[in-house]
Amino acid sequence: MNKPIRVVSVFCLVLFMALLVNATYLMYVRADDLSKDPNNRRVITAAFSRERGAILVGKDAIARSVPSDDQYKFQRTYSQPFKYAPVTGYFSWYGQTGIERSQNAVLAGDDSRLFVTRLVDMLSNSDPKGGNVQLTIQAAAQDAAWDGLENLPGDAQGAVVALEPTTGRVLAMASTPTFDPNNFASHDFSEVKDVSDRLNADDRDPLINRAIGTTLPPGSTFKLVTAAAAIESGNYDADSMVPGGFKFKLPQSSTEIGNHDGGNCGGNRITLTQAMEVSCNVTFLSLANELGTEAMADQAEAFGFNSTQLEDLSGQAKSLYPRDMDPPQTAMSGIGQSNVTATPLQMAMVTAAIANDGDVMRPYVVDEVRAPNLSVLDKTDPQTISKAISSSTADELTKMLVATVEEGTATPAQIPNVEVAGKTGTAQSTAERPPYAWFVSFAPANDPKVAVAVLVQSSDTSRNEIAGGRLGGPIAKAIMEAVINR
Amino acid sequence: MSQTGTLMGFVHRRRRGAELFLLVLALAVGIGAYAAVGLGVEGVVPADLVGYGGWLTGLIVAAHVTVRLVAPYADPVLLPLVAALNGLGLAVLRRLDLTYEANGVAQHTFARQQLTWMTLGVILFIAALFLLRDHRALQRFTYTSGLAGIALLILPFLPGIGRNINGARIWINVAGFSFQPGEVAKVMLVIAFAGYLVLHRDALALAGRRVVFIDLPRGRDLGPILAMFGVSMMVLVLQNDLGSSLLFFGLFLAMLYVATERPGWLVVGGLMFGGGALAAYTFVGNVQRRFDIWLHPMNYYPGTSYQPVEAMFGMGWGGLIGRGLGDGFPERVPFAYSDFILSTIGEELGLTAVMAIVLCYGLIVERALRIALISRDGFGKLMAVGLGAIFALQVFVVVGGVTGLIPLTGLTTPFLSYGGSSLVANWVVIALLLRISDQARRPAPRLDPVDDQAADSESTQVVKLR
Repeated sequence: MNKPIRVVSVFCLVLFMALLVNATYLMYVRADDLSKDPNNRRVITAAFSRERGAILVGKDAIARSVPSDDQYKFQRTYSQPFKYAPVTGYFSWYGQTGIERSQNAVLAGDDSRLFVTRLVDMLSNSDPKGGNVQLTIQAAAQDAAWDGLENLPGDAQGAVVALEPTTGRVLAMASTPTFDPNNFASHDFSEVKDVSDRLNADDRDPLINRAIGTTLPPGSTFKLVTAAAAIESGNYDADSMVPGGFKFKLPQSSTEIGNHDGGNCGGNRITLTQAMEVSCNVTFLSLANELGTEAMADQAEAFGFNSTQLEDLSGQAKSLYPRDMDPPQTAMSGIGQSNVTATPLQMAMVTAAIANDGDVMRPYVVDEVRAPNLSVLDKTDPQTISKAISSSTADELTKMLVATVEEGTATPAQIPNVEVAGKTGTAQSTAERPPYAWFVSFAPANDPKVAVAVLVQSSDTSRNEIAGGRLGGPIAKAIMEAVINR
Repeated sequence: MSQTGTLMGFVHRRRRGAELFLLVLALAVGIGAYAAVGLGVEGVVPADLVGYGGWLTGLIVAAHVTVRLVAPYADPVLLPLVAALNGLGLAVLRRLDLTYEANGVAQHTFARQQLTWMTLGVILFIAALFLLRDHRALQRFTYTSGLAGIALLILPFLPGIGRNINGARIWINVAGFSFQPGEVAKVMLVIAFAGYLVLHRDALALAGRRVVFIDLPRGRDLGPILAMFGVSMMVLVLQNDLGSSLLFFGLFLAMLYVATERPGWLVVGGLMFGGGALAAYTFVGNVQRRFDIWLHPMNYYPGTSYQPVEAMFGMGWGGLIGRGLGDGFPERVPFAYSDFILSTIGEELGLTAVMAIVLCYGLIVERALRIALISRDGFGKLMAVGLGAIFALQVFVVVGGVTGLIPLTGLTTPFLSYGGSSLVANWVVIALLLRISDQARRPAPRLDPVDDQAADSESTQVVKLR
């Protein structure tokens, strides 16, 4: 009977080898995939219980983990919740948004740049700590942006983005209405779920970061792009004579479009600067019509339309300039209507590019990644995405925008002793809905330190072009002052 | 079967000292793990460490002394392996108890109860070794034990005492105690198979015809295999217990193959079980669902596949060296204390510990088969093979199920899982193996040289045994 016993032994050996191989496959080979499974609550609980790194603005931690005496050991707290919520996002048991999400690996301490720290933690048997994230946001600019949005009349929805033109650093990013991320970080999960359900059901979308997540027709602020395309074509400069007048008849159509104030922009032939000052619809309709879809789309894409550039935050909407518009639509796009849509961030990038001699810089929010001991592990380098316009075109546009602030529609943004360049905008999507007020500007015009885009969707915005300046202008002015006087 | 000790001139050493040394290591594992649980979960060495360690040491020493007294030639490795596994199991149960207690789970005294069951198991182990001086005595109970085995399998169906727990009807409840009769039945069936096969092996082995290199058995000899097949299918369909079904039939096939030395039986049996399983898959919805859950566990999460998927997450989370005792979330896996105790070990002690445990089981099986090889009598060989095969199959089914190698079935992990019936039955299995190995390794009875002349002259030949 010994021969079959040996066969049985070999068979048992095979069984046990299969067990060992399978255990290795499950616990070593597949371990990483299993840890990344969104259903894996162990990983989430462990991350939730870790001393997460802080998110820093200047020297202040706007989000940090403080010890708590329950089973999760640490409580995430946000010191200025509403002001920074669109940037920080929230960190909850169920997930993360904003910087909490995009920088999760660093904050949780899993990032490869924190390898040495992790090793030391392991050897010294102390709990792993997360790294810190230093933002590019300037506290004073953010304060100005938030206060401006908060003090808007009525039930306002709005967003602000301020960029440093030469680098693309995001100096301020605010959105209203917003939410309190502290509610999401609560360890009372049923409460978190309630808050989340309530905010998700809210018609005013408080969870959306409007600065990057909402696209709307940019209105007259898009005249910057139209003017840029016109000057780049080589046929125009700031002093060129362009068509003015009361009406522009759309091609292939009997529809006639007038100016916002019903006037004639000061004559049938006016300078491009004058057209910009009074935000003359007839001029920019005819320019866009003359330049054509191709040239307009090329110019818009050079400024960053039809793609997303900010890599530090999720939830970005893509600003669009469709290439398949017919001639009347193309003409309408010249004044930022029809199918053109833009986020406040996109309009800030257009403004910043004009301020930066035509170079479009990649916007970024994360300045530095730091180890728990605050030593700098990584610093973001400014990066040029494209050359949207030549520097002479940028100079021409700057001249026009300075004139617009000094004696045009954008006067609310004037700062004593500082040359400001700016443009208002009022866009309408449908006749029933109130229009959107836009305002873009940069300052100082000769040595730009800050470029701002403000979007206000407010129930009591009048359909007047001045509205953009009246609502957005003071906010832009406050932010520019905060940055310049720093 | 003519092999004798005198033929080889080789005498096994007792190796009791080696056993004692290995037992010290095993106790270090058990008591050390218990202390580590206290340190890991509560941050202090458990207050009852001395009492607990003393109790465990007492049990193991008692078992060791018994082996010294009544089975001095028994295999020296089996007892330490079992002691290590049982000790580790107790520590892991204790670790789960602490978490269950902290989370307000009603049942959180598994370790204490398991220690009681272990005490009973060791007492039965000692009793078995003392009372059963020669395993061949069991051959007398071939049919009794076969009947008892079948009766035990049927018990859960009796109204009144049968209990359906977690979808499998394999429990009985008497006077407030739950018991899995199947755990005892498997030992009974091994004895019955061994007794039957050792008598009928010649008929089963020799008759038959040859078809393409394989000797197929005669039709009329198919009786027992058909009967066992019927029992297995009954277990599968009625008790809804694929694991036990596979266990019983696989056990029977292995023993039949060893007894007859004919691979043909394996072919016949394999085809029958395959066919039966296919039929069950086709006609029994539950089996089909289980199979699908096994193939696509993530699709059923967090529904019906919650348990296996959580176990996989846990073991993956444990990785190579584990999270450390007290630093994982084993309580997320339902029944972490019984069928899924290996996922707890995988999560907190890592792949290293899982491998060590699988190797321990492998060694137990290896020792059982080695005992079968050197055993001098057919009954002992068959019993040792049977007991080894039970162990191998049970470990394969439960560890394979927990790690996702095969569809999940409910079986206990021998010596680790919480469960009185299983623990007690397995201690008796080890006692039987030690008894057979004592017989096998003991120096052969000395045959006194008989004077040829005298033999010729004598009318009666005297053979003196011992």
